[in-house]
Amino acid sequence: MADCGAADGPVKKDDIVRAKNEGKELTKEEKQRLRKEKKHQKKQKDEKRPSERAKEKKPVAPSQPVATQPPTQKAPTVLPASAPIPVPASGAPSHSSPAPSPADKPAKSRAEQKAERRARQDADRASKQQSCFSSSKTKAPPSELNPVVKRLPEHVQVDDPAVVKRLAKKLERQQIPLRSDYGYKVSLFSHLHQYSRKAPLTQQLSIPSTVIHPSIVRLGLQYSQGIVVGSNARSVALLHAFKQVIRDYTTPPNEELARDLVNKLKPYISFLNQCRPLSASMGNAIKYIKKEISNIPSQFKEEEAKTKLQKCIDCYINENVVLAAKAISKYAIKKISDGDVILVYGCSSLVNHILCEAYDKSRKFRVIVVDSRPRLEGREALRRLVQRGISCTYVLISALSYILPEVSKVFLGAHALLANGYVMSRVGTSQIALVARTFNVPVLVCCETYKFCERVQTDSFVSNELDDPDDLMVTRKGKTQLENWHDVSSLGLLNLVYDVTPPDFVDLVITDLGMIPCTSVPVVLRVKNLEQ
Amino acid sequence: MELQAVLMAAGGGSRMMDLTYNTPKPLLPVGNKPLIWYPLNLLERVGFEEVIVITTKEVQKMISTDPKVKLDVKMKLDLVCIQEDADMGTADALRHIQQKVKTDVLVVSCDLITDAALHEVVDLFRAHNATLSMLMSKAHEFTETVPGQKGKKKTGEQRDFVGVDGTGKRLLFMANEADLDEGVVIRKSIMRKHPRMHIKTGLVDAHLYCLKKSVVDFLADNKSISSIRGELVPYLVRKQFSKSTNSPKVIDETHQNLKKNDKIQISSRDEELLHLTQERSCWNDHRGDMSDAYHGGRLRCYVHIMDEGICYRVNTLAAYIEANRLAPKLFDEPAVHPSAVVSERCLIGADSIIGASCQISDKTSIKRSTIGVSTTVREKVKVTNSIIMHGVTIEEGCNIQGSVICSNAVIGRGADIKYCLVGSAQRIEPDGENPKLQARSLYFPYTQSPQPSIHPHPPPLPPTPPNSYKLKAQHSKRAQFKDSP
Repeated sequence: MADCGAADGPVKKDDIVRAKNEGKELTKEEKQRLRKEKKHQKKQKDEKRPSERAKEKKPVAPSQPVATQPPTQKAPTVLPASAPIPVPASGAPSHSSPAPSPADKPAKSRAEQKAERRARQDADRASKQQSCFSSSKTKAPPSELNPVVKRLPEHVQVDDPAVVKRLAKKLERQQIPLRSDYGYKVSLFSHLHQYSRKAPLTQQLSIPSTVIHPSIVRLGLQYSQGIVVGSNARSVALLHAFKQVIRDYTTPPNEELARDLVNKLKPYISFLNQCRPLSASMGNAIKYIKKEISNIPSQFKEEEAKTKLQKCIDCYINENVVLAAKAISKYAIKKISDGDVILVYGCSSLVNHILCEAYDKSRKFRVIVVDSRPRLEGREALRRLVQRGISCTYVLISALSYILPEVSKVFLGAHALLANGYVMSRVGTSQIALVARTFNVPVLVCCETYKFCERVQTDSFVSNELDDPDDLMVTRKGKTQLENWHDVSSLGLLNLVYDVTPPDFVDLVITDLGMIPCTSVPVVLRVKNLEQ
Repeated sequence: MELQAVLMAAGGGSRMMDLTYNTPKPLLPVGNKPLIWYPLNLLERVGFEEVIVITTKEVQKMISTDPKVKLDVKMKLDLVCIQEDADMGTADALRHIQQKVKTDVLVVSCDLITDAALHEVVDLFRAHNATLSMLMSKAHEFTETVPGQKGKKKTGEQRDFVGVDGTGKRLLFMANEADLDEGVVIRKSIMRKHPRMHIKTGLVDAHLYCLKKSVVDFLADNKSISSIRGELVPYLVRKQFSKSTNSPKVIDETHQNLKKNDKIQISSRDEELLHLTQERSCWNDHRGDMSDAYHGGRLRCYVHIMDEGICYRVNTLAAYIEANRLAPKLFDEPAVHPSAVVSERCLIGADSIIGASCQISDKTSIKRSTIGVSTTVREKVKVTNSIIMHGVTIEEGCNIQGSVICSNAVIGRGADIKYCLVGSAQRIEPDGENPKLQARSLYFPYTQSPQPSIHPHPPPLPPTPPNSYKLKAQHSKRAQFKDSP
């Protein structure tokens, strides 16, 4: 009995100790965890990574509700577990004891160092697997911080010289000339590029352009001179140019079409970006085409692959531009009734299309075209509508509040729809929406789904585009008022292109998927991502 | 490949026969470089790597054999020879090389000296998908007195009337005075589409054209057109507004006939996309009427008019002299060639050029002049405002002013030459035996007497031949020269 008691004694003691420990653990589990984490952080700062990975298993294990053993007991079980994982080279204890290993490093031989590196890599791999299983717990130690902050795009960091240098290096590598900024920039927008139309990028290219495909050079010129303007037109022109590029492409030997073609397209995209910053619709089109190219199975021959890509491009344009326009006009026509007075702003190809279709379906309405300087795009919209036979009125945006009491609906086009429901469109659109809201006039935005973009923006400052400031100069009767604006040091000319309209001012968004409220944009994006 | 360069170097230089009867025009020295070097340098500077040069056999031989003719270009030159007496116009020459032309062409003439920014012309060609794009410049008056011409320069040069639209880029109308009977006739279709047109005279056509490949194919079918400047360009400019160009036009028909079926299909789908782009783009090239961009026309001609900068066509003696004045500004070589032996006691002005292997002796004064390669100038010679070509020997005590001395001439001792043109390999006897040559006389082998003849009236000038499109007349003038001894 005494033996039993004696035998039991230590067992009981152990039990008691365990119970105590349990109790301690149960009540002070969190305290211990915190303490361990602190220890953990300290050790991480001192020691190398593999030791961290091994030690992390310690807080992991006791935090599990099953674990009752104190951490010291766990350690030897953990470490020997890791020891058989690495390829044993020499001296297992020397491997497993992390503390002396950094100190002993210089004294070890090459083979030992190699083995150590392998051990480290395996330990990393194992710890990563472990961290996968208990992912929520491992987020607590800050050593595993993934970069949460995404890198800002280059085109909104122009006043940061490091970013500009990085861009210059990248362009040099791709053999694309760098376009220099022009004129004094208003300080609030000095983080954006401002180019002059009189200094085209082709000045610095050789004339029979060999680095860049001729159709891309032509496209870049058309963008920078404003011959191809408007979100839809730019995307269609871009895809057309890509079709030419793909047609003239030949796979170099020892390369795969799927990878090489994407690499070939990258400098072209940089070039087009230099000519004029890419629009959201163009960005989505590029993503689509890159995905299609990468998904080409390697057993396809070159001709097959090329025809498949051309068909994909045709299909994309047909679905997202042509058929989407038809679908949107079908929905929009339901909203146009006889006797309506519709207000449109600037020249949106989609809105013009809707109005022409509605007129063809014998709806009786009249249109008020609102226009603004310096682009005066409303004149082109006016011409197209009047050519069809629609009766139109033309005002400048300064007369907006005068004309609004007559208006029954406002139709606006969009350059992009952002993920928080804001509408990015031509500068002046937000004013129209604001005043229309004040007059209780419904505002309907028409936008195809391929223009939806995952960006979030609440103001027009952060990400915008600055057009040529010389466009603001007007010559009347032979005199140009702002001719010498460069000489006046305190004068800056600002020619903004886009602005964002908050979703409170927009009543309805008509897309090819139906008529949705502005706040449903992230839903549509999510559905689209799932489809892909 | 985007553009192919074609250099037309087969011209005869019919308007300066004094200089070109011995040396072919492409190899005339301007600033001690052959004339053909200037357009080749221009093409090389903008980045061309290959040029097709259309020239005569004589020029080709001289380029390959003569050590004085050094072209110094890194581009690959593809020399195509044509017969000199075939009397081919520039369009005929293009037809001749039609097989070599695989893309759009840039046609340059060998006598163009310019520092224009070529990208302006080519950008118009690219951005508007134009059929023709050309370069023109505001003409400058030539201020230097031309040797051999008595009195004021007669305005025998026929004027060109060029009509451009409001932006100054679109070419609407082009006609030469010789083609017009009484007045300028403008079609109603042009006025309806472009009610505001600026008509300019006094522009120099630089003879630099960007042409689409379909135009070259069209030339192959239409053998009646023989000159680009005289016939093809006015034809294209007129064709922009003709009714048939809005439906499949003449130029497109040949295009379709030559291509295979699938290529037509590809191009038609691309056409659809281009049409969709244009439809969706809110841009128009004109305002005020109901038509679409470009009035729906598919043939477009553009012109870039240079306001400032150098642009000369060296096809007359006056232009040649002017070009020699300005040529040193176009390249950075030192004015005095390092291999020239220049003695210390001579005075060489800053705007003079001394060629290689020259020998300039003491007490000479050279101002505003160009001295050619291997020229020997003895003591006490005064050369002002003159052009001395290669291999000339000028003995002591000469005084040369405002003159052009062609290659291998020998000017005897003490000769006093003012505003004269001395032909190639001529000898002017030393002073003492002959009185001084009178002002503004021409001395070259067409005169009957072997000795320098001092006429009170200079020998009759060869009449300046009219523009190249009048083929018959030109032919007869050339025949005249051949007849003279």
